[in-house]
Amino acid sequence: MELGKTYMSKYSKQKLSPGHNACAGCGQLSAVQSVMRALNDDTILISATGCLEVTTTAHPQSAWQLPWIHSLFENAAAIASGIKAALNKKKKKTKVVIQAGDGATYDIGLGLISGMWERGEDILYICYDTEAYSNTGIQASGSTPWGANTVTTPAGEKSFGSSQVKKDMLKIALAHGLNYVAQSTTAFPDDITNKVKKALATPGPSYIQILSPCIPGWKIKTNQAGQGGRLAVQTGLYPLLEYVNGILSTSSINQNFKALPVSAYLSLQGRFKHLSQKEISNIQALANKNIKLFKL
Amino acid sequence: MKKNIKTQFLEGSNAVSLTIANIQPDVVSAYPITPQTHIVEDLAKFKAQGKANYEYLRAESEFAAASIVVGASATGSRVYSATSSQGLVLMMEVLYNASGLRLPVVMTVANRAVGGPISIWNDHSDAMAMRDASWTMFFAENHQEAVDLHIIAYKLAEEFNLPATVNIDGFILTHSFENVIIPSKSDIKKFLPSYKPALGTYLNPKKPVTLGAFFTPEHFWLEKKRIDEDLKHIITVFPKYYKDWKNILPSPISVKACLDDGLTEYCGPKNPSTLLVAMGSVVGTIKETLRHNKNVGILKIRSYRPFPKKSLQKIAYQCKHIAVIEKAMSSGAYGPLYSDVAASLPHFKGITSNHIVGLGGRDINIKTIQNIIKSAKRAQIKFW
Repeated sequence: MELGKTYMSKYSKQKLSPGHNACAGCGQLSAVQSVMRALNDDTILISATGCLEVTTTAHPQSAWQLPWIHSLFENAAAIASGIKAALNKKKKKTKVVIQAGDGATYDIGLGLISGMWERGEDILYICYDTEAYSNTGIQASGSTPWGANTVTTPAGEKSFGSSQVKKDMLKIALAHGLNYVAQSTTAFPDDITNKVKKALATPGPSYIQILSPCIPGWKIKTNQAGQGGRLAVQTGLYPLLEYVNGILSTSSINQNFKALPVSAYLSLQGRFKHLSQKEISNIQALANKNIKLFKL
Repeated sequence: MKKNIKTQFLEGSNAVSLTIANIQPDVVSAYPITPQTHIVEDLAKFKAQGKANYEYLRAESEFAAASIVVGASATGSRVYSATSSQGLVLMMEVLYNASGLRLPVVMTVANRAVGGPISIWNDHSDAMAMRDASWTMFFAENHQEAVDLHIIAYKLAEEFNLPATVNIDGFILTHSFENVIIPSKSDIKKFLPSYKPALGTYLNPKKPVTLGAFFTPEHFWLEKKRIDEDLKHIITVFPKYYKDWKNILPSPISVKACLDDGLTEYCGPKNPSTLLVAMGSVVGTIKETLRHNKNVGILKIRSYRPFPKKSLQKIAYQCKHIAVIEKAMSSGAYGPLYSDVAASLPHFKGITSNHIVGLGGRDINIKTIQNIIKSAKRAQIKFW
């Protein structure tokens, strides 16, 4: 080993080897495997600071079988731009894929993401959305939904949890004129893999956001990440969406959608258990709005 | 003087940008800030005119520009950026990251005061803000040194896998005109070969590597220790590289220095009673002041990081008074250069003094330097 560079053994054929130290049942790591199935070996990965980086690269070990870099929390987009520029100079067609959490995406890195999208580079940005700063102990982010109990939006006698509504990142992506924008959840591995393949086949920047249930953040059991991701779709709170050239695609797997009440999704999780019936009905209204808007 | 060497009368920024174009970086990215602007405008123009074929990325902030060149450097490419003042401070988190990732990023800092209050004029408070970021830091006295130090910066950066800055005083050097010799691409190639890092040390799907892994206390300090050792190792090779380069490219005016090991340059009597220590363009004013002075000498620090402790000791232990003249202040303590000089001379028996000059572009003239020399007999720190 030299220069602090971390090398991985070639024993695993998977792009993300077994042996990471994320929480048991982590919704993000499961989604990552679905993403990895869509990639070929001619790919460079960029990670923002967060759970994914911490749990897969404890030096001198690394779980990554693809070239991988982590620089800072907020600059994954600009790092990717630099990588793409270097590849362009070398006339290489290597794919460039960013993986970041919602804190890096919705909050601290948003300006740099906008800069990257403006430059129009052929880079895929994947946001694993846990709806809070999971790595630092579940503080609220711009992605935290209304009513969620986090350590910086605690529920109490005078608080129902987060008073801000989740930021609409898909609209921000669409406003930049991206040709491919999609949303999925951990519970739909094939949907994730297909969307990543489509994004990589689309020239220019693309954005995929994947709801990734966080065991400690959502206060769920280690076997409930899949269920959480499925209920988010079934209630209409986090539909499986896809925009091609800015137009909502009808090829989504929301076919035969029969909406479940949001209480089914909320009652699974500790972060919503303090909510009153009135507050739950506010969240139901958000789901109803989605069902109407996306014609689920 | 060798054949085909052409002296030109050029603006400092233009001299730097022409040199960078001939160094042939693969990726350039920058964000405009006074007084760095002319450099990055020139580089954009060269590209638009088809005179250069680097990728030029317009960044949306200095933070992004620094990140872009870090990403490109991690992909095994030669990179360049330039900034000043607030821009450098905005880059700070990336600067620490670049050295920690061992990436040979090279950047020009057109030195300007850091606000507030806001000032667009020259001092070294921006450079001193990145003092501990583990970059090599060179300071140029004039246009030719600015040119030379960029070539040496790339050589050392790519050999030691450490980022480097060349500091040139804003306006005083960036916007003034001087005689300067711009090295050709072939002159540069003789000293600085194309950048070809070994496979497995940069991002390449042919041999995957993990860069920027998570370090626990067991490994982190070892990495930092190694960076310190490598920076200090530069001290041992710098004199030879400087000499080799100056054999390829002469200066328009040869300086009659008593000692010049590249890291430092000493001009003055063999045994000065008073030694002035300074960096950057103010050394020109000091040399003019000392033209007929037989008791006072000037030691110019070209390499601030790594700090040339031994070069300083060689001359400093012989004199009675040492006056450190600098354009930055670590408020509540001393000027940063003074701290380095004092810490490097544990057995000095004479008097040291610290003179803070030129903050936010305040004029420094011959009279200022004469008064500093007079006051060097008293141990003090004084703003001029």
